Amino acid sequence: MVATVTPLRTLDAPLADERVVALYKHMVLARALDERLVHLQKEGKLASHLSAIGEEATIFGGIAALREQDWVFHYGREAGGALFRGMPLASYLSHVFGSSGDGGKGRQMPGTFASRAARFASASAPIGTQITHAVGFAWAAKLKKDDVVALSCFGEGATSSGDFHTGLNFAGVFKAPVVFLCRNNGWAISVPAERQTAASSFWLKGIAYGVPGVAVDGNDLFAVHKAVAAAVQRAARGEGATLIEATTSRKTDPVARVKEHLEARHLWSEKDDAEHASRVRAELDVALALAQSEPLPPRESMFDDVYRSVPWHLHEEREELQKCPK
Amino acid sequence: MPEMNMVGAINDALRHEMRKDPRVLVMGEDVGKVGGVFRVTQGLFEEFGEDRVIDTPLSEGGIIGTAIGMALYGLVPVPEIQFADFIYPAFDQIVSELAKMRYRSGGEYASKIVIRSPVGGGIRGGHYHSQSPEALFIHTAGLKVVCPSNPYDAKGLLLASIRDPDPVLFFEPKRVYRAAKGDVPEGDYTVELGKAAVTRPGKHVTVIAWGAMLYEALAAADEAAKQGVECEVLDLRTLWPVDIDAIVASVKKTGRVVVVHEAPKTCGFGAELVALINEKAFVHLEAPPIRVAGFDTPFPYSLEMEYLPLAHRILPAVLDTARF
Repeated sequence: MVATVTPLRTLDAPLADERVVALYKHMVLARALDERLVHLQKEGKLASHLSAIGEEATIFGGIAALREQDWVFHYGREAGGALFRGMPLASYLSHVFGSSGDGGKGRQMPGTFASRAARFASASAPIGTQITHAVGFAWAAKLKKDDVVALSCFGEGATSSGDFHTGLNFAGVFKAPVVFLCRNNGWAISVPAERQTAASSFWLKGIAYGVPGVAVDGNDLFAVHKAVAAAVQRAARGEGATLIEATTSRKTDPVARVKEHLEARHLWSEKDDAEHASRVRAELDVALALAQSEPLPPRESMFDDVYRSVPWHLHEEREELQKCPK
Repeated sequence: MPEMNMVGAINDALRHEMRKDPRVLVMGEDVGKVGGVFRVTQGLFEEFGEDRVIDTPLSEGGIIGTAIGMALYGLVPVPEIQFADFIYPAFDQIVSELAKMRYRSGGEYASKIVIRSPVGGGIRGGHYHSQSPEALFIHTAGLKVVCPSNPYDAKGLLLASIRDPDPVLFFEPKRVYRAAKGDVPEGDYTVELGKAAVTRPGKHVTVIAWGAMLYEALAAADEAAKQGVECEVLDLRTLWPVDIDAIVASVKKTGRVVVVHEAPKTCGFGAELVALINEKAFVHLEAPPIRVAGFDTPFPYSLEMEYLPLAHRILPAVLDTARF
């Protein structure tokens, strides 16, 4: 993986108006996509879905603060951000339905996608394991003297995992250019934040690792963007990692907040909103229908990619499967 | 050709590949300034510096997790786990992440690392410096598992492992780190992964072994020969994917087989080997395949020489099989 280095762009600069509009459009798309997938799951047409409803400001604020050469180590709720960074919607939906168009060849549950196009690493279901990957990746970039920062995304539940401790510890010791973005929505499935830690907040855990901690309003796109952009800049200067706790809340709608901001500045209107919603609906109708009509991956493909070449025992097992009636 | 022990041969392989390939780096606990607790990485820190021979915090999960991230970036980390007994904090990273990276991303990403780790007993290491956990990793789809028995193979297999596209667990039999000596070519050569070696040809009983137990198998074979039983001793070298052709060819010749390993017998790799032999060479068998293995207990300290499947335990199994 060779990183291309481009000049700093978004750093220091506040979000330009047209970028806020682009982000808002993608936030609306992400919200609509989540609603449709939640609905399909309830209908039994989708095995599972990790919704990011209410967390869009944190996801998009973090993503928007990255430069083109930076990478994202996600855990399953950041699909909207991947689409914003260039993952085709069709690829994501093929992944969601595990169909033949999925780059991951239908091998993982919805959400745990990978996208080189969007510079998103491969996610998995074990909680926190991607944190040390982000640290190693960023550390490698530093060793190669490349200007690349890794954004490590996780929920507050992951701060209880060993990999959180390990990742922050290594990042502190080796000054890895990584940004830890912890989304605290107060709950890990059924368990409240008070059962994850007796500490008064999550950001302060960074102190023990020599990693500065920052707290932001996770419902505020601009606040998250500012915090992550500063952390990216700090990492790019060689000063090491930052832990950001973005607290989200159901009291306000983070997408509506951006809309209000745009409307107040006469950058967006109800008419624009209706038109955009209609475009999104049509786009999703087509894309969802297409993804659902795709066939499953061919069954022989099950034995590919375990190793780069198929060894003898998997050849035998593939032949065994091929003898079974479909 | 210089004579080397295992430690020297592995050190030579690392030095050779690090000179040749700037992506290769070594990381782990005490691997840098002190050169490893067994001195396998001695001198590398001085030659390659702290960015390529990295003393890490004391965290196996962190070593492997960050090595995976480095590999995703395009480096080729060769992390050391100081003793295989301490690999379990990294088990989640190895099993859930390393082994599945290529598969779960449909081939879009791969995390190529070689995990070196000393295995095996007989050094008065007790529970936690003696175990042989190979079966756990053979059982995990996506990993290759290697265990050399001699310096020539150690260098050649390590170079092949580093250049192989898949993640490799490279287990080093610490009991023979310095005891096993032999000629090791200077410069570049590889020993192909997936190929066993016939260390001693014979026609009566096939004895399958690897690592330090190879020498016990050979000692048992010497004794058996005095009683008219000629053993064919196979050194697997690569445990997975195993050289099934070499095993089947030998069993077809002898019809009798003894599998030797240090790890506990139950669900050890011997169980898989016996199952494979039954599936692929049943009609050629003249006797039930036998396993001589570590007992199904935690690895004991004071009684380790009673626990290990040494020559005096292998010999009766060979003779029983021959006379079945």
